[in-house]
Amino acid sequence: MAKKRIVLTFPPELVDQPIIYRLVKDYDLVLNILRAQVTPKEEGKMVLELEGNKEGINKGLKYLEDMKVDVQPLAKDIKLDDKECISCGACIAVCSPKALSMNRESWKLEFDRDRCLLCGLCVPACPLGVIQIEFE
Amino acid sequence: MAKTFAEINEKIKKGQAVVVTAEEVIDLVREKGRKRVAKEVDVVTTATFGPMCSSGALLNFGHTDPPIKMQKVWLNNVPAYAGIAAVDAYIGATELSETRGMEYGGAHVIEDLISGKKVKLKAISYGTDCYPRKEVESYITLGSINQAILFNPRNAYQNYSVATNSSDRTIYTYMGVLLPNFGNANYCNCSQLSPLINDPLYRTIGVGTRIFLGGTQGYIAWEGTQHNPLQKRDKKTKIPIAPAGTLCLIGNLKEMSRDFLKAAIFYRYGVTLFVGIGIPIPILDEEMAHFVSISDEDIYTTVVDYSVPRREKPSLGKVSYKELKSGEIKIKGRKIPTAPLSSLFKAREIARILKEWIKKGKFFLQEPIQRLPLDEKFKPLDIRP
Repeated sequence: MAKKRIVLTFPPELVDQPIIYRLVKDYDLVLNILRAQVTPKEEGKMVLELEGNKEGINKGLKYLEDMKVDVQPLAKDIKLDDKECISCGACIAVCSPKALSMNRESWKLEFDRDRCLLCGLCVPACPLGVIQIEFE
Repeated sequence: MAKTFAEINEKIKKGQAVVVTAEEVIDLVREKGRKRVAKEVDVVTTATFGPMCSSGALLNFGHTDPPIKMQKVWLNNVPAYAGIAAVDAYIGATELSETRGMEYGGAHVIEDLISGKKVKLKAISYGTDCYPRKEVESYITLGSINQAILFNPRNAYQNYSVATNSSDRTIYTYMGVLLPNFGNANYCNCSQLSPLINDPLYRTIGVGTRIFLGGTQGYIAWEGTQHNPLQKRDKKTKIPIAPAGTLCLIGNLKEMSRDFLKAAIFYRYGVTLFVGIGIPIPILDEEMAHFVSISDEDIYTTVVDYSVPRREKPSLGKVSYKELKSGEIKIKGRKIPTAPLSSLFKAREIARILKEWIKKGKFFLQEPIQRLPLDEKFKPLDIRP
């Protein structure tokens, strides 16, 4: 059995398609959705862990590609430049696992790496561009 | 016993002035009472550090030989307004690059200049008898040009609305990313530390007030644009419960530091500038001691639905800054996580620096030479045929 973590971006016209169902049904994959933000008529994002045999995983990825779903490897790391960060807090709104949070005493931004799902939503949300994403 | 600006300045000169920040004074008043604080404390320092779109810099490049009457100007491919004499231009913070779009704008040009970087200047003209040159391309630095004046038409908003989104799609605004179905609520004010919250009726902050601006000493030039003193106010505190007064600020860009002036990009909205501002408030009497002692639980603002792209956005009710700063507010029975956009962390740093400047006799108070208006109407633009 093999495991793979990926980030999917669904174009708006695909959001109402049962793509995840197909991955389970046709390619016999065990799926674990780590994070999802899917809204009708909007671009959708999903952080997904796939588990299955190698052939199933490869075929599943090929299927996603054919469906025009953008597949990216899950980031290896999120880097926050502590020196340049001004602790404004604009990034914490989009961080649903609450890896980025405000210390309510010092009002300094804190980053808890263990909670981070590496979805990358904080990267464009940072007005100063001090959060960088690194891929494997 | 009331104090005067002159008496406080005399104490600053002797190194005897008692100065505290607008957060520190809250506990002092709780502990000692308004009367004693009015007597013992001379100055309270307030501050803010937030994105302020209505900002920019006036630059004078000096004359080439033969000279040019610059008609259109670009700085690192960002257009600057040049319809003022021959070699003056105003670079606005929100102007976008013609080659890089939202990736780079006027605020970045300003930050590059104060970082000591070379900036590419391009100008064109029609040519005149006295200014024959029609084109110039060169590089400038902050040191190579004449004046560089930060001149911000609207800064330091006295309170601001909280932004949320009732629609089913993510929206990208100057108030940050707003997630669908009330996914978050963003606010942008330093509340109990914020300048105009601490002097709600503009008794001591006015035209001519000396301030901390971008790391150096600057001034309040005028009321800010869209100054709206008639905004609804809390009956008890007199503090507006939505955007109200504003300030027009001026200072020497050459003395500013990128610790307190930072270019920013709001995703899919555009470029803006974070501006660091600190304003001293003299505790002239008991009323001023009272105003500076008002704390987050008594400072309210209005929650607004930004999914309605109209001038009047629907209001969803009132919340206090105490609730906002707790990380969660309740609107119509629903819990919504909150996030700030202005940096309280940096604002505290500014309030501390200003406090030190005054204590060490490096910064004196300037009494306003004119009050800010209290009765000016904020007019809309109606489209006429």
